[in-house]
Amino acid sequence: MLHTLAVLVENSPGVLARVAGLFSRRGYNIDSLAVGRTEDPEVSRMTIVVDGDDRVLEQVTKQLHKLVDVIKISDITADEYVDRELVLIKVNADHSQRVEVIQICDVFRARIVDLGRKTLTLECTGNHGKINALEETLRPYGIKELVRTGKIAMVRGTKNNTGYQDIGTKEEN
Amino acid sequence: MQKTGAQILVDSLLAEGVDTIFGYPGGVVLPIYDVLYDSELRHILTRHEQGAAHAADGYARASGKPGVCLATSGPGATNLVTGIANAYMDSIPMLAITGQVPTTLLGRDSFQEADITGITLPITKHNFLVKDTKDIARTVREALHIATSGRPGPVLIDMPKDVSTGMAEHLDPGPVQLPGYRFNHEPNPEQVARAVRAIEESERPVIYAGGGVVSGGAHGELLELTEMLLMPVATTMMGLGGFPGNHPLSVGMLGMHGSKYANYAVSECDLLIGIGVRFDDRVTSKLEEFAPGATIMHIDIDPAEIGKNMGVDIPVVGEVRLALRQIIDRLKPRVASRWRDKIGVWKKEHPLDFEANGQLKPQEVVREICNVTKSNARITTEVGQHQMFTAQYYTFTRPRTFISSGGLGTMGFGFPAAIGVQVACPDETVIDIAGDGSIQMNIQELATAVNYNLPVKIAILNNGFLGMVRQWQELFYNRRYSYTELDNPDFVKLAEAYGAVGMRVSKKSELRSALEETLAVNKPVVLDIPIEREENVYPMVAPGEPIHKMLG
Ligand SMILES: Cc1ncc(C[n+]2csc(CCOP(=O)(O)OP(=O)(O)O)c2C)c(N)n1
Ligand SMILES: [Mg+2]
Repeated sequence: MLHTLAVLVENSPGVLARVAGLFSRRGYNIDSLAVGRTEDPEVSRMTIVVDGDDRVLEQVTKQLHKLVDVIKISDITADEYVDRELVLIKVNADHSQRVEVIQICDVFRARIVDLGRKTLTLECTGNHGKINALEETLRPYGIKELVRTGKIAMVRGTKNNTGYQDIGTKEEN
Repeated sequence: MQKTGAQILVDSLLAEGVDTIFGYPGGVVLPIYDVLYDSELRHILTRHEQGAAHAADGYARASGKPGVCLATSGPGATNLVTGIANAYMDSIPMLAITGQVPTTLLGRDSFQEADITGITLPITKHNFLVKDTKDIARTVREALHIATSGRPGPVLIDMPKDVSTGMAEHLDPGPVQLPGYRFNHEPNPEQVARAVRAIEESERPVIYAGGGVVSGGAHGELLELTEMLLMPVATTMMGLGGFPGNHPLSVGMLGMHGSKYANYAVSECDLLIGIGVRFDDRVTSKLEEFAPGATIMHIDIDPAEIGKNMGVDIPVVGEVRLALRQIIDRLKPRVASRWRDKIGVWKKEHPLDFEANGQLKPQEVVREICNVTKSNARITTEVGQHQMFTAQYYTFTRPRTFISSGGLGTMGFGFPAAIGVQVACPDETVIDIAGDGSIQMNIQELATAVNYNLPVKIAILNNGFLGMVRQWQELFYNRRYSYTELDNPDFVKLAEAYGAVGMRVSKKSELRSALEETLAVNKPVVLDIPIEREENVYPMVAPGEPIHKMLG
């Protein structure tokens, strides 16, 4: 099962290597990882989508907690949350296909950000499912290049990050 | 007043209570060595950086204080790697300090540049690359705090040369502030209550005690708990000495080369109380059949150990000493006497034993070392058969007296570690029980022992083989002794060449007197003891078998 973890880390050099190294070393599967700074410039936030059962997830969390640079880990999978991913797609669109591609764009609320003689470049944000659907829909036209940011997520409502259930060491393990 | 970074480093170490370091100089640590030249910080020059790391490790294991080692960049730093990994696997508090090329040359494959923070990422509890002279004092404090608190482990500080030569004010860094570094001291009361209930309800409880008892200083509490319930105590190799081996409730070591009665007790118990252990595969062997009918309780400071290898019914996360204290305070004394009698019968029926013949047997040698030292020496070992014989036949009665490479199984650990132990315990007898193979991995440290007048004793159980590997070849590879027979140097002459004392036991009848003579000399001694060449370590759990099925 896919789990979404919101991980707050010290914005220190090497922190990404520490986290990524931990996953590969212990054989955990990362589905996606997105990282950037937060409202506090000293703190970065990673959104990590991990594939694994409860046992794996428990180990991932506990091992992540042992990294000194990791401040807080929240498994928001079961929470109500907003998640977004950004994709850029360069797709074949010569004269005969251009209209169709533009129509697909409209349906998915994607934007055209660049156009070449035979291609269109689209930008689209949305949740995981929507991005997957766009990708599948465009595939028959011939995708020349595609890049996804990986998912970022935030719990809905007024609860801020410090209000999350912390699945760290303090809980009964 | 402004100081150089090197001066701040050395002064910070002193301020944090470090009085001895083990190291080896080189280009980028010249500024640090220049400060050490007339510093009160004692520096022990080893003959190899690996020796410095193991010596720091041995010092830490014997004293409970952090061991500190220092090396130059590049090859100096990479030579520490085995020693750091060794300390990591056994959760030993260690601080490794490495020089690094100047920050201006970082990342350019400069002369003697190695990305040591990258290399040691998976084998340190944490590491630091110091980029500013102002950060040194705080980094030293944080590093020592991380190394020694919670579940201990090695921490590395990488110091670029320009950070050492740079100037800054040496200010007290104040209390450690690491928001991402937390652990439970006190166990959760609900977990304690469940543990107490489980113990009170059990009829066949067994304690499985590990290195966490030793490093957590919980040996007193362990003894108290055991005597309240009169239940058997099995220890891991790392736990030896955490419970007195001569106590009637001790069933010795469990696992691959554990005693039969320890493995039977664990296999038939209804409650297994793991204390400061990690359910390592050398202990559990076939996990699905490890303590199959038992409720599993696991007391440990590291929550990540709970359920890592084995499903746990009753976790207790916190410092083992505090956890045991709280359990003891709530527990009603109760004796499982039928169970105790059953274990008594197993002990009689399946004693730890070997076949004596005219040859000198390694088991006899270890037993005699134990007799001559009255179970009271600090013993280090290398890795192999001699290590297992030591674990089986030397009766350890005090914590921190058995010092051996557990998790990593590092040949070459024992002798440099013994040097560190002797530095930590100058008035005690320190013996490295070595194999003829392993001793040659760090033999150069004889020069260190002689130089600093450290009267470490080396007893080489000389079988002319990489014995443990030969044993596996005998049992599982049809006696094809592929590259395990050793053509050894004359260890007596070798010792003498280094300025140490060399002796050899040429007859079985001389063993006792040779050991007595060895201990009487106040100098490093190498005692070469030719033994039966093809003795095997038994009992033995073959790979993949459950622990109650033992060979021998
Ligand atoms: C650094 C290192 N290399 C290889 C091994 C694999 N190994 C384990 S035991 C052993 C043989 C040790 O021989 P010796 O020191 O003579 O001890 P004995 O088993 O003969 O008592 C070897 C090669 C190891 N543990 N460590
Ligand atoms: Mg040997």
